[in-house]
Amino acid sequence: MPPETRTTAASGRQQGAAPDVIHNIGYRTYDGPRLGRGYARRSLYAQSLRGAYGLGRSAKSKVMPMILFGVMCLPAAIVVAVAVSTKMNKLPMEYTRYAIWLQLVIGLYLAAQAPQSVSRDLRFRTVPLYFSRPIERVDYVVAKFAAMASALFVLTATPLLILYVGALLAKMDFAVQTKGFAYGLASVTLLSLFYAGIGLVVAALTPRRGFGVAAVIAVLTIPYGAVSTIQNIALASDNIRAVEWLGLFSPITLIDGVQTAFLSATSAFPDGHGPGTGAGTVYLLVVLALIAGSYGLLMRRYRKAGL
Amino acid sequence: MIATESLSKRYPRVTALDRLSVDITPGVTGLVGANGAGKSTLIKILLGLSPATEGSARVLGLDVATQGAEIRERVGYMPEHDCLPPDVSATEFVVHMARMSGLPPAAARERTADTLRHVGLYEERYRPMGGYSTGMKQRVKLAQALVHDPHLVLLDEPTNGLDPVGRDEMLALIRRVHTDFGISVLVTSHLLGELERTCDHVVVIDGGRLLRSSSTEEFTQATGSLAVEVTDTDACPDGTSALLAALAAAGLETRPAGRAADGSPASGRVLLVDVAGESTYDIVRDAVADLGLGLVRMEQRRHRIAEVFRDDDGEHPAATGQAPAPAWGADWRKASGTDREQQNGGTVDAA
Repeated sequence: MPPETRTTAASGRQQGAAPDVIHNIGYRTYDGPRLGRGYARRSLYAQSLRGAYGLGRSAKSKVMPMILFGVMCLPAAIVVAVAVSTKMNKLPMEYTRYAIWLQLVIGLYLAAQAPQSVSRDLRFRTVPLYFSRPIERVDYVVAKFAAMASALFVLTATPLLILYVGALLAKMDFAVQTKGFAYGLASVTLLSLFYAGIGLVVAALTPRRGFGVAAVIAVLTIPYGAVSTIQNIALASDNIRAVEWLGLFSPITLIDGVQTAFLSATSAFPDGHGPGTGAGTVYLLVVLALIAGSYGLLMRRYRKAGL
Repeated sequence: MIATESLSKRYPRVTALDRLSVDITPGVTGLVGANGAGKSTLIKILLGLSPATEGSARVLGLDVATQGAEIRERVGYMPEHDCLPPDVSATEFVVHMARMSGLPPAAARERTADTLRHVGLYEERYRPMGGYSTGMKQRVKLAQALVHDPHLVLLDEPTNGLDPVGRDEMLALIRRVHTDFGISVLVTSHLLGELERTCDHVVVIDGGRLLRSSSTEEFTQATGSLAVEVTDTDACPDGTSALLAALAAAGLETRPAGRAADGSPASGRVLLVDVAGESTYDIVRDAVADLGLGLVRMEQRRHRIAEVFRDDDGEHPAATGQAPAPAWGADWRKASGTDREQQNGGTVDAA
């Protein structure tokens, strides 16, 4: 405890402020600006987004997100390198297909970072400190949601950008590539929002980080495995309509269905039997409802987490 | 600073606050109550985080129901529980919290360095907080409540888990928050002795109701009773009982102090005499002289805050539904002989 604060300040004055006196300025009040809720929300967003890549945290916590980011971008770089050197006139894969192809990496990233973002605050009970400040529950949830979605967007859109730049360098058709890139971006935007919602809801259920990681992986992969298996059985029994609708029951097939219907993507469903526009509308509505639902669930989760 | 007006908070099965009206002035105010007395509910309402069922409250002149965000910008809060992530340093954490309070980045860093120095954290502030001692953690928690230079801080059990030395340092720090920093403090505790040393004013609540609200001096004022201890002589083998009889004969309300709450055996030899007026001192003196006893001590008894609570075995004023402060001076066994104030060598200052 510094006992010297006031006394030295006072005695410094008494000595007529000799030039070599070290002034202890004591307690200083703050009269500067207080930027309020909006600023606090933006700060929390920035902090959470940086945290999702380990920036501003320990070196150890940078390892996982950076490796996954590298793994995500590497195939795009290889594709571009091959396309440029062999002078292809079209990329060997669609933009919209890239995230589906690397869904495992996205899933791992989400499983690692969503608990990091929300479980820590719950586990170490930092949440009450936030709510004793100008920001409110909605600010906290929106900032965390937006940060997670942005982190996923950076993860999924960067390889698309690499592909796009590479395609233009290889002098492929500009209009076709731009359209494909735009569709790809639309698809990963939806995927980022959707995955962020799922990941945060699951992670916010438990203050234990390990459980959170396992639960996120389970929620993403188990339905996918189940849906794929049943789809293949349905295909074997020539039930094409079942293949089309079964995709509603796992996160990645939902995204696949939406982009097949609206973003002229080739479906990854068995034998390419993706949903048409009619079924696609249902897919889109389900995705939007799930995004809204996860936001609602997060709001509910934090109602009790206050002081 | 804080004014509540018949503030009530009812949950489906519990009444957490029951028509609480208090007026808290600038300075250090202690909020005393057992667990479940409604302390944290009150803090939650004062921060504008939980609507009151009825009644109103104003903090710094702002209405808690409608101006919660403005209140929280000017008020600091230190929770009772742990709230520090172990893998970040105190500096990073407090800077982040300063920004959450709306301070621009540069100001947040500057105020963090200042505040951590004031609470007594120096080089260790760059280390992850997981390795901190309880005392250091409490300081960081206090720092994050002060970093945005609030007008008022709400400290929830700040001395919890500290050893006696750490507790004294924390109490001195809390005192400094008011005297040096000019920030008013509302501090909760269930250790009454702490509040006597730190607070200007003490508010006691129980079962959501106000038991008492008065200045610390009033709590510890002289009670108008006199503790007398005498020696035994050959003529009077039991001087204490001889004096008891003599004083009773002289018409004074006298009783043995009995065994003190802390079990110190010496107090069995102490008599407590109600002071009726200036003459009481003379009567006691004469009675002792007439019996030829040696007067070991004659001193004024003071009440301690603890006496507003009766014995722990359930005779709680609110529990029996009595009016506020009924136990004033009722429990003599609690007036232990170990208190520093009582050792003033029997100075008889008519209080």
